[in-house]
Amino acid sequence: MKGRRLFTYSGGSVISNSEFIWMGMPNTIMKMFNKSIVFGLVGITVTDRYAGVCPIRGSSMSPTFNPSLESFTDDYVFLEKFCLDKYKFSHGDVVIFSDPTNYKERCVKRIVAMEGDYVSNVNGAVKVPEGHCWVEGDNSAFSSDSRTYGPIPLGLIRGRVTHVIWPPQRMKKVDRRIPQEGFAF
Amino acid sequence: MKLLFGKWTAIAKESIDRAAIVAKFLCLLHVTNTYIFSPTLVYGPSMLPTLNLTGDVVLSEYVSHRLGKVGPGDVVLIQSPENPRKMITKRVVAMEGEVVSFLVDPSRSDRSRTVVVPKGHVWIQGDNIYASNDSRNFGPIPYGLIQGKVWCRVWPIDGFGSL
Repeated sequence: MKGRRLFTYSGGSVISNSEFIWMGMPNTIMKMFNKSIVFGLVGITVTDRYAGVCPIRGSSMSPTFNPSLESFTDDYVFLEKFCLDKYKFSHGDVVIFSDPTNYKERCVKRIVAMEGDYVSNVNGAVKVPEGHCWVEGDNSAFSSDSRTYGPIPLGLIRGRVTHVIWPPQRMKKVDRRIPQEGFAF
Repeated sequence: MKLLFGKWTAIAKESIDRAAIVAKFLCLLHVTNTYIFSPTLVYGPSMLPTLNLTGDVVLSEYVSHRLGKVGPGDVVLIQSPENPRKMITKRVVAMEGEVVSFLVDPSRSDRSRTVVVPKGHVWIQGDNIYASNDSRNFGPIPYGLIQGKVWCRVWPIDGFGSL
């Protein structure tokens, strides 16, 4: 059907099919732009306050995350941020926090001792001060953690890991457990 | 019956639309208050005479510390290392690698100590060294605890302007 009359306005001239689409283009672009901004704002708010997804790199938490060096992809984990409201953590929680030696990096480790506990270290017993926690990786040999840089302030924590969500064959809930060696008393 | 149902769906749709607008506004507020700037009430004796005892409203910005542009002399908002739910305001005195000499307790003695600030940490002190609980008590703090930089004061009006 050639020359289909789609739209007429006062003046009597006819706008063809392609011209009509061009007139609507800036409007659609504005709408898409608007929607993407709103989506971005909502996404940032949800990721900051409620939950997020994060890839895990490195093997300091083997076998809980990244158990083998030959896997094709890194593990992706689901973190929850409700814990950042009251900062109530317990022994055995796996947390993601800003690296105290380099604020741009983030680390994932397990909380082994909370404030007030004593931890046996190579230099003797260390008391974890108020507002801090002692973190260690599950893979003690390849982990640089509180045994290197001391207890970390709770304010550095950015979220608590609850589940592994990728790869599909390793999807599971991350349990709270205390590793067998070097326990806190 | 059908008319009543239609009315209820119209009301439900309108309330969902209004709630969506409020939710979008709250998200915008959150992003602005966390990533751009926001007004903050600061109070306490540890930053006299720069900031008043009974409270000042200051505008603090949250862009510089993410870009690593916080340096010595800046007044910053940080999460207290002793209580993560508390925010404190202090001045950055030294960055990582620098040597700090400070009076340990100036109201009691003249003893001073010298410390090297470790990597990734900053040394903060309040302007009022006689009444300030800062790095002299709890040591250097990791840079990651810095939440924002204080930009200018907006209340009280006679103190308006950059600090």
